[in-house]
Order: sequence, then C-alpha cells, then structure tokens
Amino acid sequence: MATTLAPANKPKTSAMIASFADPGQKTSPAPFGHALAKAAEADQRIVGLTADLGKYTDMHIFARQHPDRFFQMGMAEQLLFGAAAGMAQTGLIPFASTYSVFAARRAYDFLCLDIAEPNLNVNIVGGLPGLTTGYGPSHQATEDMAIFRGMPNLTIVDPCDSVDIEQAVPQLAASDGPTYLRLLRGNVPTVLDEYDYTFELGKAKVLRGGTDVVLVSSGLMTMRALQAAQALEAHKVDAAVVHTPTIKPFDSATVLAELAGDRLALTLENHTVVGGLFETVASAVVTAGLNKRVVPIGLPDAFLDAGALPTLHDRYGLSVARIVGKVLAELG
Amino acid sequence: MSTLDTTTSRPLAEGTFEDRVGAATQAAYRIRHHALNMGEVQGQGYVGQALGAADILATVYTSQLTFRAGEPDWEGRDRFLLSTGHYAIGHYAALAEAGIIPVGELESYGSDDSRLPMSGMSTYTPGMEISGGSLGHGLSIAVGTVLGLRHQGSGARVFNFLSDGELDEGSTWEAAMGAHHHQLGNLTAMVDINALQADGRTDTVLRTEPLTEKWQAFGWYVQRVDGNNTAALLEAFDNAAANAKPHGQPSVILCDTKVGRGVPLLEDREKAHFMRIEEHEWQLCRDQLSNGYERTAL
Repeated sequence: MATTLAPANKPKTSAMIASFADPGQKTSPAPFGHALAKAAEADQRIVGLTADLGKYTDMHIFARQHPDRFFQMGMAEQLLFGAAAGMAQTGLIPFASTYSVFAARRAYDFLCLDIAEPNLNVNIVGGLPGLTTGYGPSHQATEDMAIFRGMPNLTIVDPCDSVDIEQAVPQLAASDGPTYLRLLRGNVPTVLDEYDYTFELGKAKVLRGGTDVVLVSSGLMTMRALQAAQALEAHKVDAAVVHTPTIKPFDSATVLAELAGDRLALTLENHTVVGGLFETVASAVVTAGLNKRVVPIGLPDAFLDAGALPTLHDRYGLSVARIVGKVLAELG
Repeated sequence: MSTLDTTTSRPLAEGTFEDRVGAATQAAYRIRHHALNMGEVQGQGYVGQALGAADILATVYTSQLTFRAGEPDWEGRDRFLLSTGHYAIGHYAALAEAGIIPVGELESYGSDDSRLPMSGMSTYTPGMEISGGSLGHGLSIAVGTVLGLRHQGSGARVFNFLSDGELDEGSTWEAAMGAHHHQLGNLTAMVDINALQADGRTDTVLRTEPLTEKWQAFGWYVQRVDGNNTAALLEAFDNAAANAKPHGQPSVILCDTKVGRGVPLLEDREKAHFMRIEEHEWQLCRDQLSNGYERTAL
C-alpha cells in the first residue's frame, strides 16, 4: 500500500495561507472598495484607477458600483500615476491602486514629480505593504515607507484594520495634496470598533493605558500590539498601546507625551526597521532632547523568505508570541 | 474641437491658409529672436533646441490652441504639455509671443528667483501645464488630462510636445498604448526629431526609427513632416484637428527638425545637446537670423 501524507501533515504553502487574520476573527470584506464607492456617492470628483490589479486591491468593488468613473490603465504603473496626475489637474480626485512594491519601486519618479511636486490630490493605494504576502521580495514591500518618507508633500497612512480604512478613505479624499495608503485588502480584521476610537488624519491615539510598557504601533501591528498587551496581563505586565496610523506628518506631540515616563517603550511596525515607524519615533525623541531608549520590533533589514504568512510573521518577530517574548525579555 | 469664446479668448490667426502660415512664420521668427536674447543673458542654454523647435511652437500657438492670455488657468483652455523641460527656453518665448507672460520677463530666464527656470515647471510659470524634465512623463500626464477632461464633458484638446530622445523611455510607450486603448481622439502629440540627444546622435545612442511604423503599430494617426516648414506643419496640425473628437484615434505629428535652425553659424556647428556660444557670437547669430528671414521676404 502506497504511503501518502495526510493533508494535515502536508507542508503549508504561501498560497494557502495569505491572510494575517486570526482564525475565527471578526473581519469585514473589501473595506477599501466599499468605502471608496460610498465616498464617491458624496463627491462626484472621485475616480478610481488601477494597473491590472483591480480585483486584488478591492478596486473592483468601486468599479462595479461606478463603472463610468473607473479607469483601467493596464499593467503600466508609470502611466497609472502619470495619468492620475493629469486627471487631478482637471479637478478630479483620483484613487490609483497597485501593489506597494510597484508604486514605491517602479513608479517613484512619477509619484514624485507628477503628483507630489505640484501637490495634487492623488491618493495612492498600495496593496501588500510590508510582509502581507508570502511571495517573496518581488511582492513584499518591506521598505515602502522608507522610500516614501523622503518625498515632500506626501501623507503616509498605515491603517490597522477595516475601521481605520473605512474612516480614512473620505478623509484622504478631502485632504489637499497626495496620500499613500498601505492597503489591507480582502477580508480585513475588524479590531478598533471595540475601542473608543475614530481615525483622524494626522493624529495618533492612545488605545489603552498601561503602567509598565508603552507599545507605539501602526498598521496591522496595532492589532498585534493590542493582542500582546492582553497576553501580557497573564504575566502581570500592564502595557499601553498608542496607534499611529499617520506616519507622515507624524503626531510627535501625542507620542512624545507617552514616551516621557520611565515605562519600557517599543515600536511595532510591519516594515523594515530602517526608515519606518521606529526611525520616525527615534527622530522625534532625539529632536525633542528626550533621553529615552526605544526598542524596535519590525522586519529585519533583509530580503525576506517566501512561505506562509503565519510562519513568516513568527520567523521575523511580528507574531503575538514573539512580541510578548521580546517585551518580557526586555523587562528582564 | 474646442469651443472658441471669441469675446475673451485670444483669437487664433485667421484668413487664408497662406495668411495663417505667414502668422506662424512671423511668430517663429520672434520666438527664435527671444531665444537668442535669453541665451545671451545666461551665456548658454538650450538655444539649439529652441531654434529647432520654434516653427512647431509657433504653429501650435498661432493656429491650434484656444486659451485666454490673461487667464492661463481658464478651465476651457486647450492644454499644451511640455515633456522636454529643457525646451522651456523655446516655450517661454512662445508664451511671451502668445501674451501669457511679458516679453520683458524673458531676460530673467534661468536667473535666481525667476519664474522662468532652465527646466520648465508648472509651479513656476503661467501657461506651463506640467513639470517636465524627467523625460517620459508628459504623454502619461496627457493621457490622464484627456481622460479627465472627457469625463467632465469638456471638448478641450491636449497637446504634448516630446522629443525623439525621449522616445527611449518605456513610459512613453505605456502612454501611447493607453491613449489608443482609451480612444483619446482629443490628444495630439508632436515629436521633435532633431536626431540628437545628450550623448550624441540618436541613431548611435538608442535607435528609435522607424518611427512612423512604430506609432502606427501603437494605433495612432501618424503624419511625418518637415518640422521647420510652417506650411507643412500647419497642414499637419489642421489634419489632426479635423481628426480630433472625444472618442477617436490619437494623433502624432513627427517633426524632422534641425538643431539651431535659422542661424547658419549654429546649424553648422558641431551638434551638441548643450551648445556653447561665445560672447561675441550672439549678435552674429541675431544678424544671421534676421538676414535669413529677410531673404525669404518676411
């Protein structure tokens, strides 16, 4: 009799597990697509564009509801963002979606000179930010914020969940100048509805207080920070969580106020430790003359492995277990 | 075709075809003259390109574009997008010729705090629609501009000035495909084919020919003309105008030009992207330019 591996024993693949939602977690389907479609009903100037990734950036929801306001530009990211600039110059408010790697790496010159320099209201929507795919470096935009932070005029938003995305989209449309949204797509966890929280562009928010540790986080790592804070309770560790969904311009005042005491401080980001949230916070701390140690939790300065997301998040320190371990180790 | 508001728009040249050619030719002369003056102030500049492209710029501004000189942001205007930022010297001269910026301001070209920087930028200069200079951007922006205007029911046309060197950039061809795919019949591109780019002759740097066949293969209505012949240019632009409609074939006019055209001293000089002209030569250049035009009974 031939022996075969039972399905449960087969190795996990990246294609099988490409979601960062926990099993059984409350989620919301395609929050960006629905939010954009809704915002477009209120503002006739809103249009949507994509570069052959409509279905994979949730832009298809908008396209279905507003077919006459959706523009398919083909797999041509330079054209996508150049054309978005041209549309904005005629008074429209474009949301242009592709993967973060293509926006940040391939089309940078077009974002910079066609959109950011004339300060046009073009909203760049980047799918698969940081480590949210197991496809390896071709798809993992682990350095997108580092690339974009140096671009003048550009607002950078790293949302935590469906609540952040739904509330951010109309604010991005309403704000002057260009924005970059680190998109979470598909069935996106719904987390922040359980907190006294509303997204405000440019603002950091304290989601929970804590006497021993302060976790400063953005993006999906805020979800992990909240889970870690809860897990730390079992270890008699009281952790605060400060969510900083707007990376630039950065709400230094709120964050510095939280870093002022002698609590252990960590930053948590779904991004390389180079040029993202950690360095943004570190820069604010040094500029303010604060004598404060800050411990970074983030992706290493390396091209990452391919594989299943849960495996990779654990490997690179983004899992709740690894965060808890790091905090406890730091507390000694 | 765009609607011409004759009460407030700067009127286009009227009369017979010959009258309109005459208007373009005279404007081209003044653009060349302005460019030489601007170059002299800085002692350098992209004078060769401005002289080569003067006939194209003059023809477009005198015979094709609808705009309001005193209201450069008027939303009903046709748009002229300069991809090749370093051609700004010629474009500024054309803007002055069109009454959008004062002729007296031209001498500030390239100076500190001038509205007329060496490389054209929309944030600096009235009538400058985009910030060119990083080549291969203009046609993509033009595609979006036409899409945006058409979406909002405007019949305004969009013109994009490119150079043959710029055709090295792959983004230009992304945009060429996009314009055809979206049937942007109100888009007219013009390519200044001076066969010269920064490192030398185009056919030695990166071969772009055969250009007619390439653009045709990308689905465009293609005309190739002597870009230093205002009659040929006017006929081509009129053909493009007749072809223009909200949903239709985009047009490209391939214009073969000569760097330094109109000034024999510069036409015969070793061709260079950034031409050096000695201090004593500027007046000689102006004299040669005037003499040449007088010989052709302007």
